[in-house]
Order: sequence, then C-alpha cells, then structure tokens
Amino acid sequence: MSIDKTSSARHAAVDAPGAAEGAVAAVDPRLLVQQEGIAGYVTEFKRKIKAGELGSIPVIVGLILIAAIFTSLNSNFLGPGNITNILVQMAGTGLIATGIVFVLLLGEIDLSVGSVSGLSSAIFAVLAITHGMNNILALVLALASGAVAGAIHGFFFARVGVPAFAVTLAGLLFWNGLMLQVLGPDGTINIPSDNVVYKLEGYYFSDVAAAYILALVAVVIYFWTAFSQNRRRQQAGVPARPVSDILMRTVLIAIVAFGVAIIFNQYKGLPLAVVIFVGLLVITDFVLRRTTYGRKVFSLGGSVEASRRAGINVTVIRITVFMIAGFFAALGGLFLASQIAAANQGAGAGNLLMNSIAAAVIGGTSLFGGRGRTWNALLGVLVIISIQVGLGIQGVAAPIVSMVTGAVLLATVVIDAITRKTQRSAGRA
Amino acid sequence: MTATPVLALRGVSKRFGAVQALTDVDLEIHAGEVVALVGDNGAGKSTLVKTIAGVHPIDEGVIEWQGRQVSVNRPQDAQHLGIATVYQDLALADNIDVVGNLFLGREIRRYGIVLNEVEMERRSRELLDSLSIRIPSVRIPIASLSGGQRQVVAIARSMLGEPKLVILDEPTAALGVEQTAQVLDLVERLRARGLAVLLISHNMADVKAVADRVAVLRLGGNNGVFDVRTTSQEEIIAAITGATDNAVTRRASRTAEVQK
Ligand SMILES: Nc1ncnc2c1ncn2[C@@H]1O[C@H](COP(=O)(O)OP(=O)(O)OP(=O)(O)O)[C@@H](O)[C@H]1O
Ligand SMILES: [Mg+2]
Repeated sequence: MSIDKTSSARHAAVDAPGAAEGAVAAVDPRLLVQQEGIAGYVTEFKRKIKAGELGSIPVIVGLILIAAIFTSLNSNFLGPGNITNILVQMAGTGLIATGIVFVLLLGEIDLSVGSVSGLSSAIFAVLAITHGMNNILALVLALASGAVAGAIHGFFFARVGVPAFAVTLAGLLFWNGLMLQVLGPDGTINIPSDNVVYKLEGYYFSDVAAAYILALVAVVIYFWTAFSQNRRRQQAGVPARPVSDILMRTVLIAIVAFGVAIIFNQYKGLPLAVVIFVGLLVITDFVLRRTTYGRKVFSLGGSVEASRRAGINVTVIRITVFMIAGFFAALGGLFLASQIAAANQGAGAGNLLMNSIAAAVIGGTSLFGGRGRTWNALLGVLVIISIQVGLGIQGVAAPIVSMVTGAVLLATVVIDAITRKTQRSAGRA
Repeated sequence: MTATPVLALRGVSKRFGAVQALTDVDLEIHAGEVVALVGDNGAGKSTLVKTIAGVHPIDEGVIEWQGRQVSVNRPQDAQHLGIATVYQDLALADNIDVVGNLFLGREIRRYGIVLNEVEMERRSRELLDSLSIRIPSVRIPIASLSGGQRQVVAIARSMLGEPKLVILDEPTAALGVEQTAQVLDLVERLRARGLAVLLISHNMADVKAVADRVAVLRLGGNNGVFDVRTTSQEEIIAAITGATDNAVTRRASRTAEVQK
C-alpha cells in the first residue's frame, strides 16, 4: 500500500499539474533534448565545447590547416594525384593503427605491432615467392601469424598478469628477430607486380563507374540504416532523431564520398587499398559500437572491476583484443610491403610503431581507455601521412619530418589532457 | 517463520593474507524478508556480501541456496542462482551510458550478437519509471550523474535479472533525504514482491524502518540476530560495539531465535 501513497505523492511533487495521467515519463524537464535544425546543432556544439567533448573536432581543424598551409606552398598538394597517393599510402599505417585503437580502448598499449607487421611480410614473401606456395594460402598464414603473436601477448598479459607494455616490448624484440631469421641471409625478397600483395596498393578500379557506384552504395546504406533505426525507435516509443538531422548527415557523407570519388577518377580510379581500409573501418566500427563484443571492450576500458562483476570474461576479451591488434598489424605489414614491392630487413622498423600509435591518439582515441573509435585511426593517419608527403614535396629532410610529427602528437595529447580536465569539472571524466 | 531459507550461510570463513575477515559466520534469509546486516567499520560486512556474490569465494563453510548446498566461485554463479548485488563501491562503467550500464553483461540482442539498443532503451525507461527514478537522460555516460543518481541506477540494474535475493551494501550512505526515502520504498516494494533482501547499513533509523531482522557482525564473526520489533536500538548498538556482552543481548538473541 505504501507504493500507492508514495507514487501519488511524488506525482504531485514533481509533475506539472497539467501532465496527462499515465503519460510516459519519457520527457523529464531536465532531459537533454536536442533542438531541431541548425539552431540545435549550434547549441549542441556549444554544449560539447563547454563540456570538453571535442571528439574529432581538433583533428579535423588540424587537417584543414595542414591542407591550407601545404597548398599555399605548392598548389599541387591538393591535386588528384597527390591526394590519391596520400590515401593509398595511409592504408598500411592506418590498418596497424586500427588494431591499436582496440588496445587503447582497454587502456593498454601494444609496442610489438611494428615487428609483427614486418614478420607478416617476411612470412608471406618467403612462403609465396621463395617457396612458390599458393598466394592466398600464404596471405592467410601471414595474417594468422599476426593473430597468433597477439594471442601470445594476450596470454601473458591476461593470464599471467605481466604488464602489457612489458610483454609487447619483449614481442617487439622477439618478432623482429624472427623476421630476420625467416628472411634469411639475402635480406630482401622482391614482390612481382602480378602478385596479390603487390595489388593491395597497386591495383585501381580504373572504370569510372566503380568509384561512383561505391559512393552511392555507401550513402544509400548509411541513409537506410539511420532511417530504419529511427523508425524502430519511433515504434518503440523512445525518442528518435529528427529526420532533418538524418538528412543533413547523409548530405554531408554524400559530399565527402562523391568528392573523393571524383578526385580518384581524375587520376587512376578507385584504389583497392582505400576500399579495403575503409571497408574494415566500417566493420570494426560496427563491431565496437553495435555488438556485445564491442560493449565488453568499452566496459573493460571503463572499469575492469565493474566488468568482472557483470559476468564479463575479462581474460577472453583481453586476449582477443591483442589478437585483433596482431591481425591488423600483420595486414598493415602486407600493405607496407606492397608499397615498396618487397619484403626486406627494414620492414616494421623506424617510425612505424610510433606513427601507428600516434595516428590512433591524434585521431582522438584516449590513452586512458574507454574512449575512441576506429575512424580515429583514419583521421590520425591522414594527418601524419599528409605532413610526411607535404614536407616531402617541399624537400624537407626526414629528421625535420620526425620533429614535426612529434610536435603534432604532443599537441594532441595536450588537448586530450586538457579535455579530460574540462570533462572532470563538467562531470564527464 | 516456515520453510527453508532462500539463502543460508553455515560456518563461513574468509581470509585475506594476514587478515581473517570472516570467522565462522552463520546467516539465514527467507523469501519476503528484509534482513539488515550491521556492524562497525571493518566488521566484514562488505566481505560477506562479496562471498555471497561470488567476488571472493569462501575459504571454509557452506552456502545453501533454497536448502541445496551450492558453490559460488564466480559472479556468474551468483547471478544464475538469482542473487543480485549492489556493491558499496558501485561497479558501474563510467564511460558507458545509463542504458548500457543497466544491461551490462546481459544485453538484449538481435541476430545473436548485435545490440538491440532500441529495446534496451525502452525497457530502461520502463524500469526507471516503475521505480520512480528520474535522471536527466538515459543516454548520458554514468560519469555525468550525481552520486545519488548513480546509486539508484545501480539498484535499478540489480532488478533487471528478476532476482530472488537482492543484496544492498550501504545503499543510502551517500543519499539525500528524498533519495533515501525512495530507496527504502524500493526495499519495501521488493519485499512485497516476495523477494529476500539483505540490507547493509550504518543508519539505525533506516534499519528500524524497513528490516524484519537484524544480524550483527563484530570483528568478522556473528554477534547475535535480533527481531527488529522486539529489540531496542540500544541493544543492537551494544551488540555492534561489543560494549555489553551481557544477559540482555544474549536474551534478545535467544528470543529472536525462538520466534523463528
Ligand atoms: N580485498 C581485500 N584484501 C585484503 N583485505 C581486505 C579486502 N577486503 C576487505 N579486507 C579486510 O577485511 C576486513 C573487513 O572489511 P569489509 O570491507 O568487509 O568491512 P565492512 O564491514 O564492509 O566495513 P565498512 O562499514 O567500512 O564498509 C577489513 O579489515 C579489510 O581491511
Ligand atoms: Mg563495507
């Protein structure tokens, strides 16, 4: 009986006198509702800036700046040839960074991805070219080697309890040594132009229709999923996005998709590398944000203890995340081998590891776990490769490129740290 | 009181390294009953909760569920039995929104693995409404809620699995007057539904208001079980502090035993 008393008392206290009886209390006066149209975007944008939810805004501003600066120095920077080159070149490092995003979401790090990517290219080249194995089989084995390396890291981290950075640091040394061993004394194996790995970055769909059809398919699929999701929300009686909002986003995506398609077609056509990279970003983004597996990854990044108590198998998730990182490192390694048409002793060395981690972080993935998307990898690697290519055109030497990239990374993590401070004071740590 | 208890602990002990957190603890909880577990700081209340919930498996003793001996070694074991726990340290994921936290570990899915966000959001709203819980939005991260709001989300979360036993570890400790009343209402509603409730609290007023029986822990061991209606606050406090281990407390625990 106390139930009735309290609920009616509360009704009187909280609800407006005019509130219809039995009305679903979906509309709380303090509910954060987004207004419709442009005005809604402006207020929402202001709120996000205030709350420190910058997300990808800094990196997009950065990209526009980079494009403006390099174009003013050399008008060819935004030419179709150069843009296509940048987008193809970013696939290798971008794929490795995609795997890094998964690991960063756990709040961990994987230092072995450079070596694993080199190992994968060596395994492929030795199996397919030296031993003449079926190309596809060799490719699958090379990718599997990355997943196995990741599983080993994951096992020592999740089951044995060794800190991830120590395990993967050991991996960095070990897999690099194994790669040199696999390559043998010659050190370099060239990849001929009819080879499947050569085609990863070397193949273009030269038919003009290919790029346009793909752009159209992407836009239609985006609109359809957003629209049907909205309809399901309306049918279930939960707040839905205004249709104008969906239309606006669809138009934005259409502009980008068709814009890039036009640029590709002015050069060699649609690059296979871009199709694979973007396709995998769509898939991984779906996995992370729309599946139970992704939910578990985020929850581990938020609170390991909460996850454990919710019955999530922490060990399994950790091991699989390192396997994913290893897989993407191996795949990225094959793209990088494709770029130079060879597997050699230098594969996976140099700045590759740092660039892939920097790409994930510059793109907006938090180093502290629990916040980020795989699309961040694309944005971040776009920044890094644009700087490399842009400075390269200017004839700037490699040491300076390294210093500039370092400065950009520092700027990003500073923004991340400041953002977190703002978020804490706005209650969104 | 009749029938077998929903949950019975017999001679439960738990040790953390050099700390003997629980020694030979007995406890019984029946359906439709609110048992308060009280004791000073460090008495072992939270530890006892965590052994029941499978966070820290017991070292010695027996856990009986509806008369059957069971082993609870993982949180999933407790969940499957029908034990829902709201921990003192709340155990919510700060970066995930309210809906996501309510359904964490038991998401509603489509096609086996895809999250059914729409259905989860609908049920979340329904659940929060039925418990008269108000929060700014079910789609903001837990990090942006107040302490009290997080507490009610955590309690609401425990209700989703249709449990038979709900354990609340100091649910009102950080709450304002209105929210405390809400949580106590909630506890009474659970009892009215025939659930067993184990309520941990330092607040004697709360205990007197909603509990049927009070079990006292002292230095990791039992220190009496009292019937709330026939026991004065002073007697309970005496048992908690151990100030008067005398005829009064012994008598009180005896009468409590007799009345069962
Ligand atoms: N994970 C742990 N490792 C080691 N010792 C622990 C652990 N958890 C609890 N203890 C110890 O067990 C004893 C009981 O702690 P517990 O948290 O159960 O107390 P409590 O009764 O819940 O106190 P409070 O009223 O302050 O919440 C304390 O001495 C504590 O230090
Ligand atoms: Mg406690």
